[in-house]
Amino acid sequence: MKKTSLLIAGLAAAPASASTISITIPRLDVAEYHRPYVAAWVEPAAGGDARTLAVWYDIKKGGAEPGTKWLHDLRSWWRKGGRSLKLPADGVSGATRAPGTHKVAVPSDLKPGQYTLYVEAARETGGREIISMPLTIPAKAAAASGKTELGAITITR
Amino acid sequence: MRIKSLLLAAVALATAASPAMAHRQWLLPSATIFSGTDAWVTVDGAASNDLFFPDHQPMRLDGVKAWAPDGTEAKIENGATGRHRSMFDVKLDRPGTWKIGTAQNGVSGTFKVDGVEWRVGGRRGPPPQPGAPAQPNSVATLAEVPANATDLNITQSASRNEIYVTTDAPTETVFQPTNEGLEMVPLTHPSELVADEPARFRFLVDGKPAANLKVDVLPGGKRYRDDDGLIEVVTGADGVAQINWPQAGMFWLNTSYSDDKPTIARATARRLSFTSTLEVMAP
Repeated sequence: MKKTSLLIAGLAAAPASASTISITIPRLDVAEYHRPYVAAWVEPAAGGDARTLAVWYDIKKGGAEPGTKWLHDLRSWWRKGGRSLKLPADGVSGATRAPGTHKVAVPSDLKPGQYTLYVEAARETGGREIISMPLTIPAKAAAASGKTELGAITITR
Repeated sequence: MRIKSLLLAAVALATAASPAMAHRQWLLPSATIFSGTDAWVTVDGAASNDLFFPDHQPMRLDGVKAWAPDGTEAKIENGATGRHRSMFDVKLDRPGTWKIGTAQNGVSGTFKVDGVEWRVGGRRGPPPQPGAPAQPNSVATLAEVPANATDLNITQSASRNEIYVTTDAPTETVFQPTNEGLEMVPLTHPSELVADEPARFRFLVDGKPAANLKVDVLPGGKRYRDDDGLIEVVTGADGVAQINWPQAGMFWLNTSYSDDKPTIARATARRLSFTSTLEVMAP
């Protein structure tokens, strides 16, 4: 009996590792388009340190400057933890993404509980937008949508 | 007649004692939050009535210094002084919080020798031309006040004007107070000022909390609105002022303090002032 419940608990927890966050970068009809810098992070709903899940920036920029010069334009992420993150960060940082839908895995070691998911985008010669939505671990399906710099943000189990 | 001349003397004294009141001294950094260690901040410095429009006098650059996050002095580069505005750059080549600014000290006032009034310290207006006759009954420094001087009425003045810029993660070393004069120790880090969050700063006089200190905060962009937007706050017993930002932007902060506890011999009073420019981000 005890064994079974452990097994069930294990099964119930398992899908958490398979949950993903889909982030849609909208296609914009503008004269000068640059792919946005995007950061996604979670904060415990009761307060606590932010954990960055993804940051997409000009990671392959040539020259003396490692592409980090404009990271502070993701101003909320920068203040919540980006500024103390050593970049590039394994499994977190990556190149900027083209318009379309991109998946970010919810870390399997994220403890069960209530969190807030934030997605922030800032675009050169463009705007900046931040979306926040509740995230429950183990993950439940949820969706939100941006208006300008971000499209649909969905959480899938 | 006698009353009138006394009044004139009082006006002259008041003007001489507070030259800083004439125009606001300001430093305006291009930004206060940077990422990476290949960043440069470029700073404007001037004195004018409306913030931050350089339309009066440039700031003198000879007293401007910069301190790296570890507290060591850093280089001021590319300094230039125009008609209304000075500018300079600081390369932020180490992560952390940097301090840039000026600390000016002076004396001014009057004394008597054999019943005749003399003046000590800088006068307002342009410096005397080379070869010009010395001002009658006037000495430049306290050291020149003769030993037999009487009726000393001399004010020691010390003013700080500081800005803080941060690249990568913020640090606190540059906020370590010297415990001399009027200083500000931020309880809310200057790189974490956001329009919808109150900020708290502690003011110290000689290292002790300065209670009941009136702190003025003025937003930049005076030309684009009717009122000056002045925010007046008063420090509590703990020397802490809380500021609720009405919006994002650059804000000029100023406070002054007077007492009769000068720290230099023969001065009879002192006047301290602290000025900063703070950047408040949108939420």
